[in-house]
Order: sequence, then structure tokens, then C-alpha cells
Amino acid sequence: MAEALHWIGGALILAGALLSILGAVGVLRFPDVYTRIHAASLTDTGGATLMLLGMGLISPLGFVMLKLLLVWGFIMLTSPAAANALANAAFGAGVRPRIGTFQIMGEDKPGGSGPERSGEGTAS
Amino acid sequence: MTYALGLLVALGGFWFVLSGQISPFFGGVAVISVIATMWLSARLKVIDRDGSPYHRAPQLLLYLGWLLGEIVKANVAVIARVVGPSHAIDPAMVEVKSSATSNLGRALFANSITLTPGTVTVDVIGANLKVHALVRENAGADSFDEMDRKSARTADPHRASGS
Repeated sequence: MAEALHWIGGALILAGALLSILGAVGVLRFPDVYTRIHAASLTDTGGATLMLLGMGLISPLGFVMLKLLLVWGFIMLTSPAAANALANAAFGAGVRPRIGTFQIMGEDKPGGSGPERSGEGTAS
Repeated sequence: MTYALGLLVALGGFWFVLSGQISPFFGGVAVISVIATMWLSARLKVIDRDGSPYHRAPQLLLYLGWLLGEIVKANVAVIARVVGPSHAIDPAMVEVKSSATSNLGRALFANSITLTPGTVTVDVIGANLKVHALVRENAGADSFDEMDRKSARTADPHRASGS
């Protein structure tokens, strides 16, 4: 029984790690800061949840499990606050998101050159 | 007063789970740190409905269960976009109105949107939320309705019996 739990827990940790890698791939592939935040939230939610769940299955019954539950709770509380602060700061600094496949918000012409620099200097 | 009591129980429980000790020394340190935290919270005037929402714990737990299902669905959707072709994404910026009347309800709604991958709350102005979405069709007019309704029912006072 304990043996089976170890295997299941290990598989869950591996799945969480895979999800975190996918999140990192998304951060590299997506074009601007807002879409990258979406990719990073894969690591926050899915990756962290699966890994903590796996650790909970491997750990002995008791305080360790409760502590892992607390860690998960705090990640769920703090990661949206951090993501919101990041997005809000970017928007406040004048970085405008790409809207649709080509267009940048607030610009009429399609933004063909470097979406990362799209919003610089537009803050008034 | 009940809010202070809720915070006291939460802080005490938090300390006990983290330390796992019940010796007199650790108990004394626990009492000191809990009282210090309570005093700081009182000075900051955050011991109120929003700062100590433990009276809504059953509703919040139910809501968390539903939100977890949404997070799983959203995770799958975002993974599909990450590994898909580079033109698969269709970012959009939309305005969403929160029907919650309390700050707690609005914060819960905004954080739920941010927590689900694929949507991020960029700004909150009154009851209006500015939301950035990875895919336009996931941010249509009625796609946030269910979450809005559920979060408002979870956090707002005297709404538990309404549908």
C-alpha cells in the first residue's frame, strides 16, 4: 500500500514538474508580458498543486501534510496578487498588450516590429 | 469582536501547525507572537469583515472546490495554446463588471480570474474589472457570469439563500 502511494506520489511530482516546464516554454514562446503571465500561471497553479499533492502522498501522515496544505493555500492566495501586481505595473507603465494576432492596443497600424517594445514611452 | 476571535483562532492554529510543539516555552512564544500580530492588525485597522472572513469559511471551501475544477479546465486550455502553433493565441482586453457589493466579493472575483490560467485581472476600478485574456472567445460577455455569481454569493452578506 505504502509502496503504491510512493509510486503515485512520484508520478504526480513528475507531472507537476512537466507542467512547470510547459509553463516555462510558454513564457519563452508567448509574445508580450501579459500573455507570458498566463503561461507563468500554469506553474503557479497546476505545477505547484500537482507537486504538493505528490509530496503529500509520499509524506507520513501528520504535521507534514498539514504544512504542505498551508503552503498550497498560501501559494493560491499570493500568486494571483503577484500576477495582478505585475500586470497592473506593466499597464501603468504604458506597456500596451497585443490584441488579436497582430494589432497592438491603442495603435491603428499593425505592430509588425517587436511587440515587446510596443508600449515604451506611450505613458503620459 | 467576532472578527478578532476568528483571527485569534486562525493565528493560533497556524502557529501550532507550523511548530507542532506544545512545551511551555513554545506555548509562551506562541502567545506572545499571536498577541503581537493581533495588536499590529488592530493598529492597521484590518480586523474587520474583509480582513478576517472566517465566518464565511464553509461557503469559501465550497467555492474553492468549484474553482479548482475551473483551474484544471483552464490549465488544459492554456497548455494546448503553449504547445500549439504560434498563431493559436488571440489576446484580448475586456471590461468585466462585478455584481458583488462587498470589497471581499470583488477581491475574491478578481483573484479567481487571475488564478485561472488564461485570464489576468489588470485593474480594478470600483466594480469594473479590466481583464486580459489569452484567448478572445474565453473572455466573451457571459463567460465570467458563473464565476461572478458564485463569488458574490460566497462573499457577500445575506445572499446565501438567493440563487
